[in-house]
Amino acid sequence: MALITVQNLSLGYDSHVIVKDLNFSVSAGDYLCIVGENGSGKTTLMKTLLRLREPVGGQIVIGDGLKETEIGYLPQQTIVQKDFPASVKEIVLSGCLGRCGLRPFYSREDKRLARENMERMGISSLSSRSYRDLSGGQQQRVLLARALCATGKVLLLDEPVAGLDPMVTVEMYDLIEQLNKEGITVIMISHDVAAALRYASHILHIGDTVFFGTKEEYLKSDAGSFFLMQQNRKRDEGEQGS
Amino acid sequence: MIEKLAMYMQYPFVRYALIVGVLIALCSSLLGVTLVLKRFSFIGDGLSHVAFGAIAIASVTGVSNNMLLVLPITVISAILLLRTGQDTRIKGDAAIAMISVGALAFGYLIMNIFSTSSNLSGDVCSTLFGSTSILTLTVLEVRLCVVLSVVVVAIFILFYNKIFAVTFDENFSKATGINANAYNLLIAIVIALVIVLAMNLVGSLLISALVIFPALSAMRLFHSFKRVTVFSALLSVICALAGIIISILAGTPVGATIVTVDIVAFALCCGVGFCI
Repeated sequence: MALITVQNLSLGYDSHVIVKDLNFSVSAGDYLCIVGENGSGKTTLMKTLLRLREPVGGQIVIGDGLKETEIGYLPQQTIVQKDFPASVKEIVLSGCLGRCGLRPFYSREDKRLARENMERMGISSLSSRSYRDLSGGQQQRVLLARALCATGKVLLLDEPVAGLDPMVTVEMYDLIEQLNKEGITVIMISHDVAAALRYASHILHIGDTVFFGTKEEYLKSDAGSFFLMQQNRKRDEGEQGS
Repeated sequence: MIEKLAMYMQYPFVRYALIVGVLIALCSSLLGVTLVLKRFSFIGDGLSHVAFGAIAIASVTGVSNNMLLVLPITVISAILLLRTGQDTRIKGDAAIAMISVGALAFGYLIMNIFSTSSNLSGDVCSTLFGSTSILTLTVLEVRLCVVLSVVVVAIFILFYNKIFAVTFDENFSKATGINANAYNLLIAIVIALVIVLAMNLVGSLLISALVIFPALSAMRLFHSFKRVTVFSALLSVICALAGIIISILAGTPVGATIVTVDIVAFALCCGVGFCI
């Protein structure tokens, strides 16, 4: 049984449907990349998977012992967070809150988990630093550590490398790959098809044409080759322009 | 000067003013940090105008205790305002502006039409700027204030971690199973409580100052949420005490004096924050 199975899912705002009849499934250990043009509904899909938004139609079935709240989420940064006075430790700890239920304070177990995940992300030395003083890459590591506190199974990443410089981008991808190898299922939204093809095991392409399958199948499919062709053309134009 | 102060302290109304002033300063600063960060700095202003409108209705209809009418109306408005803050057609700031200006105009209008008082502009002025009301507190009002403050502080401490999480990242909190909407509602209700309390002290126009200045000052100096919260509470209490004492000694209006002390403290914090 798959961790997450999506059946005939339709997405949209109000009555306006963006994506129709989406079918795919994610099994434990997969690395799924969701690609597609801007406005094709990638972020809406992610919000629906997180139950932040009701699907217009169809359903999402969660199985294999996964609880609905055991999905770790790495959101895109909001403006509010840019000047938020909070220490790294406070933010990472807040990932444990979902498990606290009505208990008002953190337990020793929560604090241990937060420490472990900070170590895992290599940010232990930053623990009492202020979040707003960190670099973009460090901030992403903090949010990733927080997501890991909420789950040991599935991570949903929304454009994890947006706004990072090339060096840090590679580090971030390596870090995510490492987590995937440790057994965490990764679902990632990305603009970067080249990186998606390098790291992912499965690709979900949404837009005018919808495709779901393994990376190898995607390369052979129409959607994949068309998208790649477009990307290449854009890159070529960019090179000519500069 | 100390003799003069000691003499004043013998009067119960001065002691009441000090007690209530400190409690209100404490409560309003606790949520200030959250409000500033959620970009709701002006909700204090908006809600206090709603409370002003409600007071106008209460004084015209002759309800025996203002609080009975003012409290529920302000709480309902707070809930509506924070609700429109998320995902709706009228965005947060516009909704606050609408409700605040509307309530102010409506309140003044009915006071003007139905008022039996001979000193209308005096009444309006003291409601807006709270010039004398803190010195005319009854024992019942002081007790109510103490009870409400204890409730606010208890709620804040119990839900401190959740309030932090919901303020920092609402979507993440929802995704990990925290009922963010319920906590937003809780924040709205507590804010409404604090504002109704604070109206007695600084009047409706100056409440925003009590809510935002301590938070902004603390954010200049400290980098963790806990320290910012604790420091802003401390600073707010100190400023309120200083403000009340100065106003008693110098005979200045209480609300405006407290806010002035807050502004001076903010300037100091900016200076210190710039140096370190």
